[in-house]
This record gives sequence, structure tokens and C-alpha cells, in this order.
Amino acid sequence: MAEPVLSLRDLRVTFPTPAGPARAVRGIDLDVMAGESVAVVGESGSGKSVTMLATLGLLPKAEVSGSVRYGDTELVGADVDTLRSVRGRRISMVFQDPMTSLNPVLTIGKQMSLVMKAHQPDLSKKDCRSKAVELLHQVAIPQAGRRIDAYPHELSGGMRQRVMIAMSIANDPEVLIADEPTTALDVTVQAQIMELLQTLRVEKNLALVLITHDLGVVAGSADRVAVMYAGRIVERAPVRDLFADPQHPYSRALLECLPRLDQKQEVVSSIGGTPPNPADLPTGCPFAPRCPMALPSCTQAEPTLVRFRTSEVACNIVSGGDRAEAQA
Amino acid sequence: MTDVNSATDVIAPPRRLRKGRPEWLRGPALVGVIVIVAWVLVALTVPWWTPYDPLASVGDRLVGPSLKHLMGTDQLGRDVFTRTLWGSRTSLPVAFVVIVSSVILGTLVGAVSGFFGGWIDAVLMRFVDITMAFPPILLAMAITASLGPGVRNALIAMVLVWWPIYARLLRAQVIAVKQREYVESAEAIGVKRFTILRRYVLPMAYTPVLVNATMDFGQVVLLTASLSFIGLGARPPSPEWGAMITEGATQFYSWWIATAPGMAILMVVLAFNYLGDALRDSFDVKAGL
Repeated sequence: MAEPVLSLRDLRVTFPTPAGPARAVRGIDLDVMAGESVAVVGESGSGKSVTMLATLGLLPKAEVSGSVRYGDTELVGADVDTLRSVRGRRISMVFQDPMTSLNPVLTIGKQMSLVMKAHQPDLSKKDCRSKAVELLHQVAIPQAGRRIDAYPHELSGGMRQRVMIAMSIANDPEVLIADEPTTALDVTVQAQIMELLQTLRVEKNLALVLITHDLGVVAGSADRVAVMYAGRIVERAPVRDLFADPQHPYSRALLECLPRLDQKQEVVSSIGGTPPNPADLPTGCPFAPRCPMALPSCTQAEPTLVRFRTSEVACNIVSGGDRAEAQA
Repeated sequence: MTDVNSATDVIAPPRRLRKGRPEWLRGPALVGVIVIVAWVLVALTVPWWTPYDPLASVGDRLVGPSLKHLMGTDQLGRDVFTRTLWGSRTSLPVAFVVIVSSVILGTLVGAVSGFFGGWIDAVLMRFVDITMAFPPILLAMAITASLGPGVRNALIAMVLVWWPIYARLLRAQVIAVKQREYVESAEAIGVKRFTILRRYVLPMAYTPVLVNATMDFGQVVLLTASLSFIGLGARPPSPEWGAMITEGATQFYSWWIATAPGMAILMVVLAFNYLGDALRDSFDVKAGL
């Protein structure tokens, strides 16, 4: 198997809070191969965004441990210059809300030039401009030559997200982390943005890490999925297998929350209870209090990821069932 | 790829620069601007058109206002109106230099303090705290007195007293702006820290400083006059508003001697306050955006 471009090992992120340390991410292993699309799924507060921010060293107030390797470069604990040489140039990021992610006082062309100059200081003004126009073309902004002199407030949400994407790929990164890139957009625009990301991924052999809570987005665009809960990956599977046969009770519950077109449904189902407080995690499996299948043993020890058919699952019941199956 | 377009991606029509008078420039603000412009013109051109020499005795002593001497003469027979006009040539440049220097110094300190935080912030802000613990006039007096009286030393003292206001103001704004998502986003795609500070944070943090600087202009004119009034700024016989009031204060029955420079100070301070008020209302970041 090829070397991963980005590799997280036992990544842990802890925020000091007055209520004690909040363990937002508690040991994440994740490999991203060149050109592949990985989705990280989980509800708000599961640690998916924090994982990615920690990857780029964007959490100055948190304690981060473990390892994040880009090629031969270790990013956890790296100095500012190393991090800056990676950010945008090797690993880039698109944020959730395009309405607030662009500098309101600079034209988009100017902003794009600043981003390019950050990594290619020798680029002339003219080169920056023509490259910016080209990028805007690539992200399918009509009349790119004119839009380049527009201010962000003159563009719609979808356009702004296209600009954000253009900016994030301006320095030809190998990995693009998209943190809920479509959450703030209309459904029709969402589809266009996802399509754009897929096109770019194929054209530029870009590895895409898609952070989302929208399983619909995942189904259409990811190769592999990692489901996160309370700062850990609870299930990792190829996207088809996850949707066809989710193993972890949490993944199953998440999928049941999706309204379906082929069944009459009065009420959209939901998962009872709330995610645990990262400053006060229960012992044992953190999902146990909400789990419909929980056994008394689930509150004893926290399960680790175990291979099960095509997936990896962190669940006592599943791995127990596996053993039962093997015995039978 | 390039043909993809959609009905939802509608662009706003191209901006058209608004022509004519800006919206905030009306009522008191307009009066303020007219007064300020008039005084600036006076300061620039007064040597060419006043009939009298401000330092020379040009008539009888202590004569009340007349057509010949619009604001009368002082105890040395100098024309008070001429001297008042000439006074703007001290007050306005001094206030300008004090404000500009304070804004520059305050901006540097405030931006570094707010943006980088940590121990730099702690050290710089303690300097600010110490300075702001004293009433400005008292501290300016103390500094001028220790440097020696004179316009130049008064100016230095005023800058030292004034910059912490802007440092503190800008620091608070920088801290607020640097938490915006677009700053984090710029950081995530590798824009240099210094570029972020200069092009992403400062433009959004600057408005309150500009508004305050406009308002403070009047205050500094007043402070300059105050220092001169107590003999620490401009010295007699130079025509300076504060110093002229001192001269007039001993001539109680010749009310015009102190009244003319007093009115000049009043006009300038009010004008800048009106202008600053209007700018503040029009720039109000919370109402806009």
C-alpha cells in the first residue's frame, strides 16, 4: 500500500477549562492517501473540527499530543515557520461559513494574491493576478476577470465558498481539509460545491478530508468514513459498507436519523440524550448512556477499534458478537 | 468547468461611487468642518493679510473693540484680534503633531499588544496603566516642568500623556477582530502573521481610533492652551491662546483680551467635537455591516 500523505497517530487534544481539562480529542489514528476522499462524521462537539485544527497547529491554547505526519514532517510541536510552510502550501483548509471567512476590506483578487505571496514571495503582481483569474475559472466563477475586483460582500454565499476554495488551492496543496464546507449554504448550492470539490480532487489528485455532520454529503462524495464520538473514532469503514451495514450502534443510530424517501415516516427519528461533556466523561464506552444495546459491561472499559469484516469498530457488543460468531 | 453558472450565484451590481456630500456631513458636523477649514486657512495665510504685526505695539494700550481694532488692544498696545488669528499657527500644528504622533505610537503598541498577547502585552499594558493612572493635565504639567517650559517640551509631554489612550483602544479592537473567522481562515492557509495583522486585522480595528483622534484634537488644543496658561507652554510675547488668556486674566476690566482667544479655543474644540460625533455615528460598526 502507498504511503499516506497525512497520517495522524494517537492525536490527543485537551483544553484547560475552569471545570478541569476538557479532553476534546482522545487518541485519533487516521491515514489519508493521495487523491482519496475521507469523511469524518460526528455530531457537534464530537471533536472532528478540533482534530483538524490541531493537525494544522491552529489551537494555540490547547495541549496537543500524539503525532501528525505530513510526509517526513512532524507537525505536532513544530515551530511556527514549519507550520506556516505547510499551511496552505501542503495542507489547506476551507472553513464552514463563507460569509465570515473572507476579509471584508480586501478585494478577492488582493486576498488571493496575499495567499499566493505567502508561499511564493517572488510572484509578481501581474502573475498573481493572472493566476487568481485562472483559479476563479477553475472554481467555475463566471466572468472571473471582473469578479476578481469585487469585495466579498458583493458575492453570494455560494460564490464566496468558491472563492474560499480557490484560495485554499492557490498554492497547489496535496491535502484539502474542508470543515463543513456546505453547512452554511442552500441545498442546491451545496450540491454544486461538493461537485466542485470532487472535480478538483480528481483533476489535481488532491486528498480531501471532509468534516461534516451531513451523512447525505458523505454518501455522495467520500471513499472512506470515520465516525467520531466523544473525541474518538468509533467506526471506520468504506462508505458503501457503512451505509449498507453500520456496525457501531452509534453509526446505526445516525443513519436511522436520516429521513428516507422510500418509506412513509411521520417523525424523523433522533438519538435520545446528549453527547457527554468532554470535561466529565463517563467510564467505559462514552456512548453507553445513550446506547439502546448497552450491556452492564459497557460501562466498565472503553472499547478500542477492532477489525470487523471490512470495518473497524470500537464496541464491546460488536467485538463480543464477533467472538460469538467465531465460536459458532 | 468554466461554463458552470447557476441562478443562485447572483452578483451585486458594480459599485458606483457615491457622488456629492457624504451622509454624515450635515448639521453640526458641517458647521464643524467649515469652522475647522476656516481656521486652517487662517493659520496658513494670516501673515499675508493681517494689517498689524502681532508682536508690535500698534495702538493705544487697553483700548476696547472698535473698527480699527476689532477685539481691542492689550496692555502693550498690540492688536488682540491679530494675535488671536496668529495663535492658530501655534495651536493647530501642535495639536496635529501631538495627535499624529500619539496615534502612531499608540497604534504600534496597541497592535503588537493585542495581536501577540502574552508577556509583551502584559508589559506594554502596565506602561499604559501607569500613564493613565494620572490625570492627563497633571502628568503633562509634571513632564513639561521637568523638561523645561516651552512649546516643544509641552508637545513631547502631551504625546507621552496621550498615546496610551490609543494603545488601549486599538488593543481592545485588535483582540476582538483577531478572533474573527476570516483571520483564522487566513492563518490556516498560511498568510504571514505580519500580513494578517496589517491587512486583515488593523483595517477592521482602526475606526474607533480615528474617531477618537478627531475628538481628541479639540482636547489637545485645550491642553496646549492650558499648559501655556500656567506658563509651561508658549511664553510671552508669542501669540498663543493660553498665554494670551493669562495676560488678559490680570486685566479684568479689559475683558476683550482674554475673550478673543477664549472664543477661538471654544470654536475649535466644539468644531472637532461635532465632527468626531458625526464620524462616530456614521462609522458605528455595530450598526453597519
